[in-house]
Amino acid sequence: MTLVDQLPALQVAVPLIGAPLCALLGRPRLAWPFAVAVAWITFAIAIALLARVLAGGPIHYTMGGWPPVLGIEYVIDPLNALVLVLVSGMAAVIMPAVRLGIDVEVVHRARHLFLTVALLALAGMLGIAITGDVFNLYVFLEISSLASYALVAMGVDRRATRAAFNYLILGTIGATFILIGVGLAYMMTGTLNMGDMATRLAGAADTAPVQAALAFILVGAGIKFAIFPAHAWMPNAYTYAPSLVSAFFGATATKIGAYILIRFVYSVFGADFSFDVMKIDWVLVPLGLAGAVFGSIVAVWQDDLRRMLAYSSVAQVGYIAAAIGYGNHDGLVAAIIHVFNHGLMKGALFLVMACVIFRLGKADMASFRGLGRRMPVTMGCFVAAGLSMIGVPATVGFISKWYLVTGAIEAGLWPVAVVIVASSLIAVIYIWRVVEAAYFTEPPPGGDAVAEAPATLLAPTVVLTALCIVFGLATGLTVGVAGEAAGVLGVAP
Amino acid sequence: MMAALAIAIPLAAAGLVLLAHRWPNLREFLSLAAGALLFLVVAAIASTGDGTAIVLGEPVAGLALKLVVEPLGVVFALLASGLWVVTTVYAIGYMRAHHEVHQTRFYAFFAVAIASAIGVAFAGNLITLFLFYEALTLSTFPLVTHAGTSRARQAGRTYLGILLGTSIGLQLIAIVLTWSFAGTLDFVPGGILEGRVSDALAGLLLVLYVFGIGKAALMPFHRWLPAAMVAPTPVSALLHAVAVVKAGVFTILKVSWFVFGFDLLRDLAILDVLQWAAAFTILAASLVAMTRDNLKARLAYSTVSQLAYIVLAALLAGQAGFLAGGLHIVTHAFGKITLFFCAGAILVAAHKQAVSELDGIGRAMPVTMAAFTLASLSIIGLPPFGGLWSKWLLFEGSLAAGQTLLVLVLGLSTLLNIGYLLPIPVRAFLRPPPGQGAGGLREAPPTCLAAIAFTSLGCLVLFFFPDVVTVWLEQVFLLPEVPG
Repeated sequence: MTLVDQLPALQVAVPLIGAPLCALLGRPRLAWPFAVAVAWITFAIAIALLARVLAGGPIHYTMGGWPPVLGIEYVIDPLNALVLVLVSGMAAVIMPAVRLGIDVEVVHRARHLFLTVALLALAGMLGIAITGDVFNLYVFLEISSLASYALVAMGVDRRATRAAFNYLILGTIGATFILIGVGLAYMMTGTLNMGDMATRLAGAADTAPVQAALAFILVGAGIKFAIFPAHAWMPNAYTYAPSLVSAFFGATATKIGAYILIRFVYSVFGADFSFDVMKIDWVLVPLGLAGAVFGSIVAVWQDDLRRMLAYSSVAQVGYIAAAIGYGNHDGLVAAIIHVFNHGLMKGALFLVMACVIFRLGKADMASFRGLGRRMPVTMGCFVAAGLSMIGVPATVGFISKWYLVTGAIEAGLWPVAVVIVASSLIAVIYIWRVVEAAYFTEPPPGGDAVAEAPATLLAPTVVLTALCIVFGLATGLTVGVAGEAAGVLGVAP
Repeated sequence: MMAALAIAIPLAAAGLVLLAHRWPNLREFLSLAAGALLFLVVAAIASTGDGTAIVLGEPVAGLALKLVVEPLGVVFALLASGLWVVTTVYAIGYMRAHHEVHQTRFYAFFAVAIASAIGVAFAGNLITLFLFYEALTLSTFPLVTHAGTSRARQAGRTYLGILLGTSIGLQLIAIVLTWSFAGTLDFVPGGILEGRVSDALAGLLLVLYVFGIGKAALMPFHRWLPAAMVAPTPVSALLHAVAVVKAGVFTILKVSWFVFGFDLLRDLAILDVLQWAAAFTILAASLVAMTRDNLKARLAYSTVSQLAYIVLAALLAGQAGFLAGGLHIVTHAFGKITLFFCAGAILVAAHKQAVSELDGIGRAMPVTMAAFTLASLSIIGLPPFGGLWSKWLLFEGSLAAGQTLLVLVLGLSTLLNIGYLLPIPVRAFLRPPPGQGAGGLREAPPTCLAAIAFTSLGCLVLFFFPDVVTVWLEQVFLLPEVPG
């Protein structure tokens, strides 16, 4: 076997082995370049995998050569290939900024472990996305979750500890629910391999344990996904965590939840069972819409902008949940596109917060006063990514909104289309509050001294913002891959 | 290629203006040169009349961003680019005499706004039009809030809130619905909806378009326009009397023929209701204009009223109405830009903004006030000014559509026009100046006067040669049904 054939294993193994090596290297001066290299190699592997999947169809990789059912199988189709690119790409873009970020935003005694834990979280997320084995998925979920709690707890704000504790409680409940669901499904099928399980579940669809299994997994994934009203862990976690962590999680953590949900619904339990028997659309669409409205409205009233962005994420998660709930091709495509696009926008916006916090120490409305002149590039990025959040044409946000709304209309869910549009109008309000503060108010006394953040922080921000526009015009990657993914999941247009 | 070039020129100008921020003369020369070049390019586009599509990109499968040249768009683009040159000449005098701050930002965003307006003019389908429509809103926002005062900020909120709210909340939904049912968003002469939607849905779509195109300022979505008057006068003159508002009514005209088609429109029960909504706006805005003492606010409400003429013209669902609307875009543009130029000249030279302060000002500023009088007469629709013809066609169109009552509304509104416009020159020329007289008052800077003279003469020229516009517009109906 050549190295290329081992790419699926390396996708997870590189960051997983990189993590302890980072701890061994110790001093940030050595560990940081190493972690950056690990992140970029991981990203390169993800791109290579996506290219191979698009060229040659889904890849099946058996761990250690053990045949599936006995051993663990990795299965890569367009859906998780795109998620792998998103997660590893975010890590690769954000990792260079970490060097400066940890000095400001990570408690002193935890700094030497930050990179290690960050790589563990990355490995966990990639593992969730790549595996074709439901128990293996649970194991990676725990790896990424435990690492996530630790990363949140590393914030300098003392409230970070409490936020991390809440996150841990809810996250553990979510993971446990998934485990219970997996256990029930295993009980009925005797297999943990997703493909095998799907075949065997088809014959047992009318049994209570199988139905309970999907219900448990729906709730568990819903908590990870932060579907309203299970979003409570998110606002505090994103507000008090180091803002680079918020940027990475804002772009990826909930998306992994969305991935788990889509994977179980379409690949394991099957769309027919999930929608016709279990009626999950009756849960996903109302809760998604409630979250879209609730999150947007609450975001308007926030003073801390990281909290505002977190509530905005509650709304965006709502869109994705509702789109999955459409139960049709356009809805699934819209959900996958928005998973990717929202990752770009939210990552860019949280990086803006990181830049501002680097200079000003906080990200409340008052600290944004007059920043348009002091930090023109940073605020330019905020405006562009913010316009994308609103859904202005020529941004990724517009592409998402377009598919979300057309999908709703195709499914005959007109009220949904109206709610999505109304919710994006509320986004105008919360984005524009910041724009007004930055460009049309005078800076506070002494604010003149503020300058742009250093290049290692600014460059990732600019890159993600630019991608928000690039993928808003050239949608071959997002829309194309999402369409292929829907096809592989068995949902025809 | 030429249409893409026409959008690129002002965009490039915006970049160059930013680079030239240290050298005001070079900066203003760049704006002027770009304006002249743009006008020539648009004129070249007009003369070749090449109607092939230029695809800029295809973000959504089957849905390209593309530019297509058609006669109505050419008229709008010629108007916007030609008056951009004139307004730049005016702005140089105005901005310097008024010691405005942030002039580089002003010229840069102005150029971006023009690029967006040209994009609206040459948009080849609804989605492209929507893209440039939103770009026009966003690029004019910094111009509205130019002063940076809390009043300007408040106005900016109203401006953005209404324009983005209507466009995303109503227009975008209409576009998505159109896409879902018609399967295309291309502009096809005679419409794309006929036979593809039920009459009820078509009626809903029409409501969504007419109110969702907030730049047409149909009541109750007109508040952004008076709010935008906090902007420097050149902005009010070119953008809020020509480019932005005309982009709105241009879109409505375009939708009426290229999306709905007149046959479908005439079948819709809701059409009468919307015609009366436009008629209501015509009258109500005129009445509000009479109560406004601030000169620019009065002109803004006058614009709201005049825009509703064009909306009404489009809703008459006939060729005569379409021609009336298209011609009114041009004649009103020349009239209203002159009025705003004069208002700005009065502000710069006499520091006066209220109508009640203008007693006797005609003695100190005869050229300005003479131009004001000419333009007023054109807006009212009296000979020998261009405004006559568009009103004439509108009367014809109303009669052709069998709407005798609307003719009465138009007549009444003409009287109201007289009521709110003519008292201004009457005060200026016939009343004695208050106090110690007009001592020390002079005319505005010469570049301002040159611009005023040009546009007011334009009103006169349009009386003798309205054909220049209408002959062009008639070609809209000669376009092949299926574009090549």
